[in-house]
Amino acid sequence: MADTVDNGVNVEALLDAREALTGNPGAAAFTWRANCKWVNGVHSESSVEGFRGLGEEQSHKREFKFNADHPELFAAEDNGATPVEYVLVGLASCLTAGVASVAQNREIQLNSVEAVLEGSMDVQGILGADEDVRNGFDGIKVSFNIDADADADDIEALVAQSQKRSAVYDILSNPTNITVDTTKQ
Amino acid sequence: MVIGGGHSGLAMSQCLSSRNIDHVVLERGEVGNSWNNDRWDSLTLLTPNWATQLPGYDYKGDDPDGYMTTHEVGRYFQDYARVINAPVQTETNVTSVISQNNQYRIETSAGEYTANTVVLASGICNLAAVPPFAGELPESIVQMNTRDYRNPEQLPKGGVLVVGASASGLQLADEIHKSGRPVTLSVGEHVRLPRTYRGHDIYYWLDKIGRLDVRYDELTDDELRRGRGLPSPQLAGTQQHATLNLNELTAQGVKLVGRISAIRGHELLFSGGLKNLCNLADLKMKRLAKTIDEWIIENNEDAIVSDLNYVPTRVDDDPALSLDLKNGGIRSVVWATGFRPDYSWLNVDVLDRKGKLTHDGGIVTSPGLYAMGLSLMRRQKSTFIYGATEDAMDVSAHLAVYLGQTTPTEMAR
Repeated sequence: MADTVDNGVNVEALLDAREALTGNPGAAAFTWRANCKWVNGVHSESSVEGFRGLGEEQSHKREFKFNADHPELFAAEDNGATPVEYVLVGLASCLTAGVASVAQNREIQLNSVEAVLEGSMDVQGILGADEDVRNGFDGIKVSFNIDADADADDIEALVAQSQKRSAVYDILSNPTNITVDTTKQ
Repeated sequence: MVIGGGHSGLAMSQCLSSRNIDHVVLERGEVGNSWNNDRWDSLTLLTPNWATQLPGYDYKGDDPDGYMTTHEVGRYFQDYARVINAPVQTETNVTSVISQNNQYRIETSAGEYTANTVVLASGICNLAAVPPFAGELPESIVQMNTRDYRNPEQLPKGGVLVVGASASGLQLADEIHKSGRPVTLSVGEHVRLPRTYRGHDIYYWLDKIGRLDVRYDELTDDELRRGRGLPSPQLAGTQQHATLNLNELTAQGVKLVGRISAIRGHELLFSGGLKNLCNLADLKMKRLAKTIDEWIIENNEDAIVSDLNYVPTRVDDDPALSLDLKNGGIRSVVWATGFRPDYSWLNVDVLDRKGKLTHDGGIVTSPGLYAMGLSLMRRQKSTFIYGATEDAMDVSAHLAVYLGQTTPTEMAR
């Protein structure tokens, strides 16, 4: 059974990692990083390469770059996705990775997994037009469409478990303390 | 030496007596102390009377499907202690246990003891496990945990936030809301169970399908850790055998919010993950019903056909993410966030970094030290009253072998 299910997730490696990291807070303490540079207007370029984990500096295979901007109707040049769209991308990819991992662990073969995400927002908040309107999303809607060799309840359970173990889901659904400091050049 | 005169300690005492092992049971109060003094007024057992049995002492009353009140439980334990002639020393508080020369020295409020073996049977509900930020609540808010709570009249009039959605949280939310104090219930991970299914109490089925007999050594480390951390299922033991779930509460007007995540000044913040946790619990309950149905078919059991009467947990589309304590809507907070054992007196190096006892099925990592009544200690039913019997037999067997090996050398010394 286990041999025939292949979602491309090495569950054994993940379980081994959890085993090794349990009770080893030093190695389990990861720091993820992004660097960001203002380009012009509301256009910025961020990059991701190094991170810290297993007690030492680590690196991706190469540097990844992300341009963020705003659409033209915000009087911008539209050189990339908006920051809030990156948040949706983060949530989508985190949940999808979770679905694949949980499916592998539960020996469920996935044939296709597609997700559509919608974050609704009243932009009066960010424009400062109404103090009672929050800046962020007032809600996020995720719709998964999954083809897998399992019944509907089992598929639903995959997505539910994926939410339970998702870093980005947790970041978005729970408050997180953010510390911002500034230096003058 | 057995520490604790509850069902675990008494079951162990009976097993030791039947092996002619000399022992004393130390009890901080009277037998059944916690049940008589540390529980709220309306509490009953979650398990039916037929499951209230100790070694050689079955339930003999005429209501096997009923649920005992806490005082009935206390009395039942006292009767049992008398019947088995348990060597209980009451009103004796253990202040320290240390390991010394392959023995244990036990300091108590009634003097010092030395023993070759010690059984920790002092229970797992000694202290309320309240989140660390509870201390940040403004002083104007009355707060209470499930060990101090007795009835709604202890709380000021006005809104109450009940934190926790296990058996305690739901029962308290129910009776507090009915007392005229509007309840908001903060819901984290929970286990939803119907009180009855296909004509029987849910525990009848859990017992039948072998769920309660699952042994700790049949589970993966992962399953064991998860199983040991599970909150008590959403159940109440009423004469009507009524199901108590989140839908029953919201129908009465109780408001649901997500897991409490922080207190910031006058604001309580809740997770936006409520819907998912409810969905997870719904799916797990449906899966259990399916397992029971399959068992019934496989075993040709003559069970009435009735469906789960399943209604998905109703959650608002946008449950509140915060509550402002300044506007007076909430006057008190009840923490139904579970318990943890008190090992502050256990000065033997057997606790892990989370303060949990390190043991293999009740055989603690320090030779001669044993445990009873821990969550999923040897079996799924280890924390149940009737679960103590088999655990006590297993653990006392190991203890007897250990004594057989060590006593001669002790004596030669």
